[in-house]
This record gives sequence, structure tokens and C-alpha cells, in this order.
Amino acid sequence: MTAKFDLNDDSVVVVVGSGAGGGTLANELAQKGIKVVCLEAGKRYEIADFVNDEWESFGQLAWTDRRTTSGSWRIATDFPELPAWIVKAVGGTTTHWAGASLRFQDHEWKARTTYGDIAGAALLDWPIDAAEMAPWYAAAEFRMGTTGTNGIPRLPGNNNFKVLHAGATKIGYKEVHTGNMSINSQPRDGRGACQQIGFCFQGCKSGAKWSTLYTEIPKGEATGKLEVRAECHVLRIEHDARGRATAAIYVDADGKIQRQRARVVAIAGNSIESPRLLLNSASSLFPHGLANGAGHVGRHYMRHTTGTVWGIFDKPVHMYRGTVMAGIVRDEARHEPSRGYVGGFEMETISLGLPFLAAFMNPGAWGRDFTSALDRYDHMAGLWIVGEDMPQANNRVTLSSEVKDQHGMPVANVHYDDHANDLAMRAHAYKQGEAIYNAVGATRTIVTPPYPSTHNLGTNRMSGRPEDGVVDRWGRSHEVSNLFISDGSQFTTSAAENPTLTIVALALRQAEHLAGLMSRNEV
Amino acid sequence: MHIADRTSNFDRRTLIVGSGTAVLMASAATLFPGRVLAQSVPTGLADSNSLIRMARDLFPHDRLGDDQYQHAIATIADQLAADASKNQLLRAGAALLDDAARRKYGRPYLAIEHEQDRALVLKTIESSDFFKTLRSGLVTSLYNQQTLWSRFGYEGSSAEKGGYIRRGFDDIDWLPA
Repeated sequence: MTAKFDLNDDSVVVVVGSGAGGGTLANELAQKGIKVVCLEAGKRYEIADFVNDEWESFGQLAWTDRRTTSGSWRIATDFPELPAWIVKAVGGTTTHWAGASLRFQDHEWKARTTYGDIAGAALLDWPIDAAEMAPWYAAAEFRMGTTGTNGIPRLPGNNNFKVLHAGATKIGYKEVHTGNMSINSQPRDGRGACQQIGFCFQGCKSGAKWSTLYTEIPKGEATGKLEVRAECHVLRIEHDARGRATAAIYVDADGKIQRQRARVVAIAGNSIESPRLLLNSASSLFPHGLANGAGHVGRHYMRHTTGTVWGIFDKPVHMYRGTVMAGIVRDEARHEPSRGYVGGFEMETISLGLPFLAAFMNPGAWGRDFTSALDRYDHMAGLWIVGEDMPQANNRVTLSSEVKDQHGMPVANVHYDDHANDLAMRAHAYKQGEAIYNAVGATRTIVTPPYPSTHNLGTNRMSGRPEDGVVDRWGRSHEVSNLFISDGSQFTTSAAENPTLTIVALALRQAEHLAGLMSRNEV
Repeated sequence: MHIADRTSNFDRRTLIVGSGTAVLMASAATLFPGRVLAQSVPTGLADSNSLIRMARDLFPHDRLGDDQYQHAIATIADQLAADASKNQLLRAGAALLDDAARRKYGRPYLAIEHEQDRALVLKTIESSDFFKTLRSGLVTSLYNQQTLWSRFGYEGSSAEKGGYIRRGFDDIDWLPA
């Protein structure tokens, strides 16, 4: 029985966003008997609504509300209004994600200690560590049905993986497999096994891939404690004279402004919208934005050091058949400064359909050199690089002084400059990716610059000391005691791994902590 | 191994998802100029042989017929129809192209025989709004035509066919053992 809570019910927890962080937190609180109102800006689609068509799906799911960009990253030139490729729909970006579920390596929780003082980087150790997170990772893996954990077999490798595996092992890489994927390799948790459809980015048509849309959210709703309100876009958070959050002001599906009162507010709108919401919540008590007394809201924006390598072969590959992220090479993920940079990177297969390959392979390109690669579309294999990028204070989300959205609120500007460490890592990763494909006879390799960011991190970072960040070790605002951050914006550093598993583990941990605070009347 | 059939051309129009398409096109037009979700009725602009030639010179695929370039231009024209300044940009484009060709080779664009020479003409107008509008429009409207996907060995939507689990997701047979 789906709950329906009153706008004036000030005993509810308001969760903003329904993706990996918000959807998981909302369900977990509901399971503990806590009343939750989850406000989601996007519409509610179901599996049957998803389409195996790249542009049509983009129009359906992507967050295309206005944003602006600046900085030296190529995105500001090629896609100036699309800094990120993330989702506006119930389930958030868990509808779009590829499913890779990797734990951080132990040292990545302590980047400042491990890497030292890197010029231009604002590195900080997380206030938590691998030992503390281990049980939460285990809980997240069990929850999501991650392959290679809990006795769940890994997925079979598709053609794209087989090319990666053959090349990678030939040049000496050892840790090459089909990954730890939150995609069912066998029926589990009421969902079927992967049918190797492809189109993981467009919403999984079989439901084999974990998404909060059809796991956490309906389970939470079944408790009678969770109400998800779709098409409800939060404009700002209100507070009382003591500086405690009291309500979320939002525009509902009919365009009406509503005020949902709250005992606790948890924000999980991804790393662009979450800081934007705090900044748009500025008041006389919080003149620089809610929870922004130390000036860190919106800063330290990270997007991972990414890039793509394509190999073209004499014979067909058909990379688009089957799971998009079908396998991984982990050997370069370690911290090995002799390579010329700190931190490491993963290499994971990727495939795009013809329409998106044309749009993203080399934005702005034209002519026969470009089209001769597309002519070999079915002979291509692809891998995506995902590596740790450096937090920098001036890589940041700010409010546009000129552009406003459809609700009259200033939009986010996303500024990013690559750090020298990011550039050195990307150059090495491109070289290694090309070596993999050359080892199995590639006739041509092509490198593609980063796509609009799918991993958006760090803009409300976790810190031990209030002056270094926005939230404490529980994701709780240093400044506003009943305000929590529950998405990837709380990341202190990016690590090399795809972030979703860590976001889910942190949300499960935060739910237990928050439930304890509430039961003891400490919030 | 199963090789995608490069010759089958199913009828694109039977597959168009009608409802809401115009809205989606409009909302994302600023993000990806020219991106399309379905095709539209050709307009007069698409009959311009110069623009069709330019489209082919921008994205030359010997396996594609002119009709597919023409259709891509029609899609862009249709999409920009509501924007008077952009629409004018395209309408003036053929003349701009011929001016550039005359400056470089002393004759109109279509009178230049070789693709590489025409590419050099295009180089000289790369920074113009006309060029940028047409290029960015084409890179989406050309490749989003389902009728040409099979020519590239791309099989498109697969869920309704049960995915590839029994249709060759792992059938590669030429890798070294």
C-alpha cells in the first residue's frame, strides 16, 4: 500500500532524488518504519516504456534542463549545455548506468596520505576507511546482486569482451574478467537473467540490471511508509530561526508550488543539482547557500579521468551485441607513481550504437577520415577508461548569474579544468588501450575524448573537519544538523572505480545512522 | 558467426513513434542541433543539389544513396523551420557555398569535380554558422535513419527479438586461441 503523507506532516524524512543514493536511502528508511516522502523531478517510466533507440531514449530519460559550462575541458566547446549525461526520471541515473559495481581499493580512502601533497589538487583523506566500509559494501553487493560476489556467477563475455580479453592477456595483463556487475547472471530477487540485449544505457528492457526504479522503490512503497512523488522539482530548502531544515519547496506535476514540511531533509540530486539546490537555498542566516559556511558547496567537482579507445579489425566484432560494460582490465587501477601520475584507472568495455558513435567519436569532425571509421562500425571494439581525477577547488558548480530554468531558478554552471595528473593518466591509458587492440591485430585505433560526464562527484564533500568540507562521516551537514547529503556529491575523492556501489553502500550506512539518531531523538 | 544483413531495408515510417516526438525534438534541439527522433516530410531546401553534395562531402559513405543525404537535410530543415534566423541560414547556404567555391576555384561548388577539392572549399567556411549548423545537424539526422543502419552492420533495437543471448552475442570466431 503506497503511502500518502500530508504536506504539513513534519515527522517525515524528505529525500530529494530517487537514484542510487536517494532511492536506496528512501527504501532503507521505510524498511525501518520511518515515514519518507521522496521528491523526484523526473517522470515515472516503467520497463515497458524504455526504448532500444539511442536518441529517442535520450529524449525520454536524459536531464536536458538548461545548464552552462566553462573551463578548458572539451565539453565546454563540444557540448556547452550538456556537461553531464545523467537522468531525470524516477530511478535517476540507475536507469542509465551500465551496472559496474566495484569497491574502492583500500588506499583510495586515504588519497592525501597515500599520494602526498599534489600541487593544484585539494586532496583530502576520507574520514572513513576500507575496514569500516567493508560490511556496507557486502550489504550493497547482496542488495544489488553483484556478480562475482555472494556466489553469484559472473556474466558470460560477449564479442566486445572477448577482443578485450585476448588483447589484454596478450600484453600481460592478469586481472581481466567480465567484472562485478549488478546485472543478474541468473534469476534473482524476482528479476530475470540478462538477455544480452545491449542498450544498457537506455534502460534495461529485461530488468536484469539493478535500478532503484524496480527494486528499492517498489519495495519501499510496499511498506506503506514511502511516498514517491514524481515530477516534483525541489526549488529550495527552508529552515527555521535556529538554522534547522524545516521544509522542501517544490513545483509539482501541475506546476503548483508546494511546501512539504520535514523532520529531516536528505539531498540526492546528483553532483550538479545537489549543490545547486543548496546554493539556491541561500537566506539571511545562510547568505552563501545552505550548509555552505565553509564555502565548499559546489567545489571539488570531479568527473573521473575518462576517455574511450576504439579498435578496428579486419573481421567483424559486433560490439553492440550484449552488455555494454561486458568486462574489465584491473591491472592499471593500482597506485604506481612510476607511471608518471598518482592513482590509477580501470579499462572497461563500452559500445555505442551507430547514432551515438557518430555524435561522440570525435565531436566536430567531418570528412572521409571520420566516415572511414564509421564504415567499419561492425568491425569495431571499444573500451572506456575510468580513472581517479584530482579534486580542485576551482572545478566547481556555481549558479549562473544570467540563465534561469523553467521555474525561474538560476541554473548550474559547471566549470572544469583538467589537472596535469589527469592529463598524464589519460595519455597513458590511451596508449595502453591501443596496445590491447594492436596486440590482436587492430588495423586502426581511435581515441575519443570524454563524453558528457556520467560520473559526477565531490561537490558536497565529506570531511573530518568542518572547515574542509560540507558533510561529516555520515553525510550529515557540518552546519545544519538535520540535513544530509546522500549521493556522489559527498565523495571526498573519486577513486578509480565506477561510483554507484559506493553511493549505495554509503546510503545503507547512512540509513542505519539516521534511524538511530531519530529513535534517540537526536535529530 | 552471424553477420548482420547489410542489404535489408525495412520501412522507417512504419517504425516511427509518433506521440511526443516533436516535443522531444524541440527540447533537445539546443543541446544537439539537428538531432532527430523521427523523420519528416522533405521540404524545398532538401531539393538543393548543392546541399546534398555538401552533405555527402561532409560525411562521405560510398554505400549510401543521395536519398539518405536528402532525407537528412529535410529533417534539419523541418526542425529549424520554426527558427527564422536558422532557417534563413540554410536557405542562404547554397549561395554561400558557391561564393566560397568561386573564391577558391573560380567556379560554383557543383562544378568542382573532385571530393578532395570540394573538401578544401568546405575548409574555408568551417567557422561559418551555416557550416556549423549543417554539420552538427547532419551528424545526428544522417545516422539516426534506421533505413541505413543495416548498411553499417548495426542491427538496432534487439529487446523485441529476445536480445542476442541466442543470436550471436559471443560468436566471434577469429581471435587467436
